Amino acid sequence: MREIRYREALREALMEEMERDGTVFLMGEEVGHYEGAYKVSQGLLAQFGEQRVIDTPIAEAGFAGIGVGAAMTGLRPIIEFMTWNFSFVAFDQIISNAAKIHQMSGGKLTCPMVFRGPNGAAKQVAAQHSHSVDPFYTNIPGLYVVMPATPRDAKGLLKTSIRNDDPVVFLEGETLYNLKGEVPEEDEDELIPLGVARVAREGDGCTVVAWGRPFHNAMEAAEILAKDGIELEVVDPRTLRPLDTDAIVRSVKKTNRCVVVHEHWPYGGPGAEIVDVVQREAFDYLDAPVERVAAWDVPMPYASNLEELVLPTTERVLEAVRAVSYR
Amino acid sequence: MASGRDELLRQYRQMQTIRRFEEEAARGYAQAKIGGFLHLYIGQEAIAVGVNDALEEQDYVFQTYRDHGTAIARGMEPKHAMAELFGKDAGCARGLGGSMHFFDVERNFLGGWAIIGGHIAVAAGAAFKSKYTGDGRVTVCFFGEGSTNIGGFHEGLSLAGLWKLPIVFICENNQYAMGTPMKRTSAISDLTLKAQGYGMVGERFDGHDVQLVRDRVKPAIDRARRGEGPTFIEINTYRFRGHSLSAPAKYRTRQELEERKRLDPCAVTRQQLKDAGMSEDELVKVDAEVDELIDEAVAFADAAEPAKEELVFSTVYATRQHGTPTLRATGYPDGRETGHASDAAKQENA
Repeated sequence: MREIRYREALREALMEEMERDGTVFLMGEEVGHYEGAYKVSQGLLAQFGEQRVIDTPIAEAGFAGIGVGAAMTGLRPIIEFMTWNFSFVAFDQIISNAAKIHQMSGGKLTCPMVFRGPNGAAKQVAAQHSHSVDPFYTNIPGLYVVMPATPRDAKGLLKTSIRNDDPVVFLEGETLYNLKGEVPEEDEDELIPLGVARVAREGDGCTVVAWGRPFHNAMEAAEILAKDGIELEVVDPRTLRPLDTDAIVRSVKKTNRCVVVHEHWPYGGPGAEIVDVVQREAFDYLDAPVERVAAWDVPMPYASNLEELVLPTTERVLEAVRAVSYR
Repeated sequence: MASGRDELLRQYRQMQTIRRFEEEAARGYAQAKIGGFLHLYIGQEAIAVGVNDALEEQDYVFQTYRDHGTAIARGMEPKHAMAELFGKDAGCARGLGGSMHFFDVERNFLGGWAIIGGHIAVAAGAAFKSKYTGDGRVTVCFFGEGSTNIGGFHEGLSLAGLWKLPIVFICENNQYAMGTPMKRTSAISDLTLKAQGYGMVGERFDGHDVQLVRDRVKPAIDRARRGEGPTFIEINTYRFRGHSLSAPAKYRTRQELEERKRLDPCAVTRQQLKDAGMSEDELVKVDAEVDELIDEAVAFADAAEPAKEELVFSTVYATRQHGTPTLRATGYPDGRETGHASDAAKQENA
């Protein structure tokens, strides 16, 4: 299989879906002439023109709302947030409008749209630019929340999200855009279903549930622990809402141990939700309390040595696995 | 001119329908048949009807939570409106929306939105779609003067002006943002000045004469349809009831209210009909017909089936879902289905 970067995989998904369906358009800050703050939309303006690749003023609430109205009336908008940190000024559009319109209208209107952009900490961008927003949006019925960790998942899940008839919050990894990985050939049109987890590595020693950037810490930890004779089973939910709890529970019943790894803060969120499901549905199978590896419960500091302390690391995954394995 | 009088009579009938609907809604609220908030349109009827008369059927209309009058003017049947207020399945949003979230997709009445300023960019999005597809529709977005101070208003107008979207923004200035008069919320009294900054034509006039409203709004609609961009219109009006029925109107004087009631739009139109030669007897007959229509709406809503439990889950998502609903983890008391597709899928697989 060929290898491409995460950003290229996303770009291919956008290109293919825009070619396939004329109602799909991309709107956001710097998506057109500048070709994207992270170059995801490079080449799109040249191919599709200003009618479908639309630069906006700095007005997230405004263009997110435009997306909702366009989706309600028959288009399939893709709204790019330069980063998800800036989605907070559009919170009302996502939560009060996009997530509610189908229900409020008695099921008569739909809102087929994608909000997408980079999520999570980058490198030393400090308190206001380092949010992992997954806990905020997974709390909202009416939204899908997708968070791909690999180029293949990025492409296949984005294509499915664009075709989905409900609003999707699509959380890309800000530090993953350069990541290379295997992706099927362009003509394969792979659609990865929303709400289906992927078992990225099989093992019987301990289940590690991880998504986004820390998924790669989990995979690295699995390599290291294999040398110690501990075989990790790494499960990437990929979609955080709806959550494929069956896949997680199935794995825990096999390994009898579970560590949940995520970049979002430890208070609540999908991390806590997964622990709740595991204790409820696999209580009798657990040989140890479920552990979590999360960002520290603080605003992100600027200095690199401090940032390294706050974010989940491979070392902390190793510690957690050893703790639940009593080794 | 007979045809002109017929037109005015139809307008009066619609306005009176809205008026009587709201009065019966107030009664239903007092009788606890209606819950939540109830924001009445009484005093503003000429705007809903006049604006609608300037629109085509294909055009989109967005309104705030004070939405009953606009929906009825658009053609929603009072019985489906009343059934919504009563929380019934026959309601225009099947009992899921309530007073603040009326929808009538067939008549292009696209809500009923209850966060101040939150629907303005959404309406601009509907207009964006019209520009994108070239479907020739115009969108009208109503809001109150209180909305002109919040960010959603400014971002919505900013983008609509920038992209010359086919939309007309109609500010129903009923003088009070809940209980606060405009002089205490806005640095300027001419609200069209706010739209000037977004490159938009501004208009302002009084809203008690239904045909004047229609005639003053029509050029803006035409301009939008010709692709010449949006217009901001401030219409001076007054609500005769409180902000909502749970908010008593102690912030204004009885004298002010009585003065404004001299320009009661229903009474003004009724007088215009008399001036055009209709007799009091004929008008009483019209009023009685409207009363009957509203009585029927109440009877219909009373007798209608309650909102359906299965809609609680099935309307959250339009798509079938894979994965397991989060709710299962939080416990679901009697083992009912959640309505999520995973349940349906399990049943299919069984």
